[in-house]
Amino acid sequence: MQIRIHQLLHAVECPPLGSVLGGTVRSNERSAHPPWSSQSGRVAAAASVNVPDKMKSRIPVVLLACGSFNPITNMHLRLFEVARDHLHQTGRYQVIGGIISPVNDNYGKKDLVAARHRVAMARLALQTSDWIQVDPWESEQVQWMETVKVLRHHHSELLRSLPWKEGLDQGKADSPAPAAVPELKLLCGADVLKTFQTPNLWKDTHIQEIVEKFGLVCVDRAGHDPKGYILGSPILQRYQDNIHLAREPVQNEISATYIRRALGQGQSVKYLLPDAVIAYIKEHDLYASPGEE
Amino acid sequence: MCLLRSSISPSLCLVKRGVRVFRLDLQLQILSMENSEKTEVVLLACGSFNPITNMHLRLFELARDYMNGTGKYEVIKGIISPVGDAYKKKGLISAHHRVIMAELATRNSKWLEVDTWESLQQDWIETATVLRHHQEKLEASSCDQQQDSPVLERPGRKRKWAEQRQDCSQKKSLEQTKTKGVPKVKLLCGADLLESFGVPNLWKGEDITKIVGDYGLICITRAGNDAQKFIYESDVLWKHQNNIHLVNEWITNDISSTKIRRALRRGQSIRYLVPDLVQEYIEKHSLYSSESEERNVGVILAPLQRKTAEADT
Repeated sequence: MQIRIHQLLHAVECPPLGSVLGGTVRSNERSAHPPWSSQSGRVAAAASVNVPDKMKSRIPVVLLACGSFNPITNMHLRLFEVARDHLHQTGRYQVIGGIISPVNDNYGKKDLVAARHRVAMARLALQTSDWIQVDPWESEQVQWMETVKVLRHHHSELLRSLPWKEGLDQGKADSPAPAAVPELKLLCGADVLKTFQTPNLWKDTHIQEIVEKFGLVCVDRAGHDPKGYILGSPILQRYQDNIHLAREPVQNEISATYIRRALGQGQSVKYLLPDAVIAYIKEHDLYASPGEE
Repeated sequence: MCLLRSSISPSLCLVKRGVRVFRLDLQLQILSMENSEKTEVVLLACGSFNPITNMHLRLFELARDYMNGTGKYEVIKGIISPVGDAYKKKGLISAHHRVIMAELATRNSKWLEVDTWESLQQDWIETATVLRHHQEKLEASSCDQQQDSPVLERPGRKRKWAEQRQDCSQKKSLEQTKTKGVPKVKLLCGADLLESFGVPNLWKGEDITKIVGDYGLICITRAGNDAQKFIYESDVLWKHQNNIHLVNEWITNDISSTKIRRALRRGQSIRYLVPDLVQEYIEKHSLYSSESEERNVGVILAPLQRKTAEADT
């Protein structure tokens, strides 16, 4: 993790010649470089030569998505794309990376397949992404932990790997880009925002820490009213400047529950999740219905 | 039928490892269903595919699952037929690119293919004509196969098929009896196409009759959509309702090409909404922009033009 984030920050600091903002990496580059490396497309592209000054004054952001990913679907992947577009649109942020953190097996959710599978599927799904990566840390802990603790972990990793940390400590002006301390924000769908209202599900102190210390990027989903959820909660309302509501321009609801049901019924799920994930599910016979042979 | 087939049960048990005895009846039923009359179906989707999206591809998957699930049909192929440039729809980029994108999108499918016949025509072609073209093509290739392939020449099989055909439809001409076994082309569409039947001057009445009468329609609709009501309110659709299959799509899948083009104009990501290869192709050739969206602005859509011209003469 440490090395990765270091590379990632390095990429922002020293952008190579890249395509314009919004361009994607060409397929031949995909496998050649690790996702965070400065040669690989979009992270670098975000800080490309066309807009260096503009981008350098922006706050770097890493997006963290917590969830079951049981299995990961195209909709999860869309959350990241939509959130990044939205944050870039504000003119204040530059998204330098995305982390998918599948929940621990001890979460105890019904039908949750083993974390090693969920991590493997996410990894396959992200093979072709040049800025999102799966991180198994949460799933490898001995027990389930609250989201805020996962955020704390990744935040400290992020700070620990700052290449100019010493410069910051000494308060020297010669450190490169001292203003650009990256922020870690929790990425979620509007449905998660709603669960903040569910009694006893979240601790108020945790909600407060998430929105106060980290920040939230929430992607709108059909049938949800994120603005209403914010106004309905004093804590969310107080920190609403730290809550970014992004709108998915193309509604495309693909719940993992739907995927599991369709698989159990022997129906096609092609084009709802990456082919590589479907192949993995078939190979490991993950979501076959219990009544099947 | 089950009794007749019981002689094959031992081999069945051997083949199907782990099949418990009490499921034998089920197995036999499935077997007999498979051996009996299942109509082979080719799904044809006509449209702009400007660009093709994951939604278009999902329509095929949903339709195939549904049709195969009826037990009466077996979908053997899906054909994507991008409309020709002469369609003159606003923002329609050249068929050359639209065809390539569709080919890239279907590269990882075992049963979908792209057909360029429609897109290569000088003039815009009515959908009913495209259906006829593909049905005739299937019939021609089926004849070729029957002549070429000794396997299909087995007299017993042929006679059996011919007898069954005569039993169930004595009205049918001899010529049609000969073509028994040729897959049936059916039009695959979203609810928007079905409802466009109601748009004045867009469709010829006789073409709608041909489509639903001679071929058949498989229409993917959102749950709660009033496609059913639309059929009820149209005399011709109601008459042929047995030939119209409404398939429910339970999750919102609103990946329209219009929205994709809009997102591209705004510099927003379209990843995971279209296949990666399609996205790369679009970016490589900078296919969609404000300028491309202005194509055919002020030009009357080909079907409407033709309708007006016919009314004048």
